[in-house]
Amino acid sequence: MFMKHFRLIIIGGGPAGLSAAKIAAESGVKSLIIERDFKLGGQLVKQTHMFFGSEKQYAKTRGINIAKILINDVEQNINMITVMKNTTVVGLYEDNVLTVLQGETYTKISFDSLVVATGASEKFLAFENNDLPGIYGAGAVQTLMNVHGVLPGEKVVMIGSGNIGLIVSYQLLQAGVNVLKVLEAAPTIGGYKVHASKLKRLGVDILTNHSIKKAIGKDKLEKILVSELDDKWEFIEGSEFEIETDALCISVGLSPMGNLLSMIGAEMKYISKLGGLVPVIDHHHETTIKNIYVAGDVCGVEEASSAIVEGYLTGLLVSERLGFRHKDFDNLYDDYNSQLDNLRSGPFGVRTLEGLQELRGERNVK
Amino acid sequence: MRIKKHPILEFGEQTKIHFTYNGKKMYGYIGDTVASALHALGIRRLSDSIKLKRPRGFYCAIGNCASCNMVVNDVPNVRTCITELEDGMIVKTQEGKGNVYETF
Repeated sequence: MFMKHFRLIIIGGGPAGLSAAKIAAESGVKSLIIERDFKLGGQLVKQTHMFFGSEKQYAKTRGINIAKILINDVEQNINMITVMKNTTVVGLYEDNVLTVLQGETYTKISFDSLVVATGASEKFLAFENNDLPGIYGAGAVQTLMNVHGVLPGEKVVMIGSGNIGLIVSYQLLQAGVNVLKVLEAAPTIGGYKVHASKLKRLGVDILTNHSIKKAIGKDKLEKILVSELDDKWEFIEGSEFEIETDALCISVGLSPMGNLLSMIGAEMKYISKLGGLVPVIDHHHETTIKNIYVAGDVCGVEEASSAIVEGYLTGLLVSERLGFRHKDFDNLYDDYNSQLDNLRSGPFGVRTLEGLQELRGERNVK
Repeated sequence: MRIKKHPILEFGEQTKIHFTYNGKKMYGYIGDTVASALHALGIRRLSDSIKLKRPRGFYCAIGNCASCNMVVNDVPNVRTCITELEDGMIVKTQEGKGNVYETF
């Protein structure tokens, strides 16, 4: 039976996938990007804030505009890059074959090399009634507001004070929503101080050592029960109080989405500092399965800036392995690695570096 | 509820499109997903849990969690958070796991 074949297939049309396709095209490798959403850009399309980092990763540019740049780079290259949207990869087999589902049609496509750039998903939190409508991932609310212009509710409580929690709280205020409280289970605020200060100046309370005990409501969220936590993260009896709210955002971190890699039997390791279960990779970003590479959050949760650079780097390396060495390979290789070193030199980068050492077995965690 | 004024984003004049939700005529805008259009109209209960029939709403917005699965144009288990709204779409709440062909 006739089966479509691509030299390179990239799963995921977010920052890592788009960047990998761009550099592969520059190297002379034709690729196919498979995206399950109906648009490219991944989670950049909802990020209205300006990025940190250096100019090379589009610092001081809003995420929504970075998305436009990356999408444009791909669309300029229609001879080299094919895009399938509304398409979900549902099977990955040992003989370099994928099954994809588009609408109600299943198709098999084969490849020489594969880059898995599936990103990460928001972690959930266990508490009573956590499935009530009105309880959302913070990133989901960001999509609802900043992509579709729809408000999640009138009075919001944010769980988690990492950067996503802080940034989304600020963006909720920009959209005209009342942010009642940010709750943080740890004794200190998780994200950058600059984001926390912005919120505090606008009168939003960030309560550390506090978390949600249960959600209350019939068909949708009406109230939450909040409790103080002791230094062992246990609820303190008698400290509970209720907050009336119609929308709760959960921002307690992200998990890499490596399901396809587990499916094919790539060796995975649980590295808490990288967000959870991640594939074991070599310096070429290749997994323990030959010809299957990874880039972006799927191999360790970081910022979109790092995902872009990892995408470029992986695109460069995968093309070389396929026999298409980029004309500026050496310079680019050094440049991308030094950009990643720079991005990982900040206070949050240390965590990533330690996580990567742990993954490579260079660091003993016990 | 939709954003009226925003310091960074421009939503401007949008093109209205119509669809039905459980037989009722509804509207959304071009660029909406099925889930965002319903949410904007105040419909938060998108599905029911299969066993206990607990109400479920929009959660992840990336097509991952299945709590927004609905029947769209007779196809069950459609992830409405990543499905672009189209004029004339027929959207229904799903019963249980859904039937392969709702119209049969």
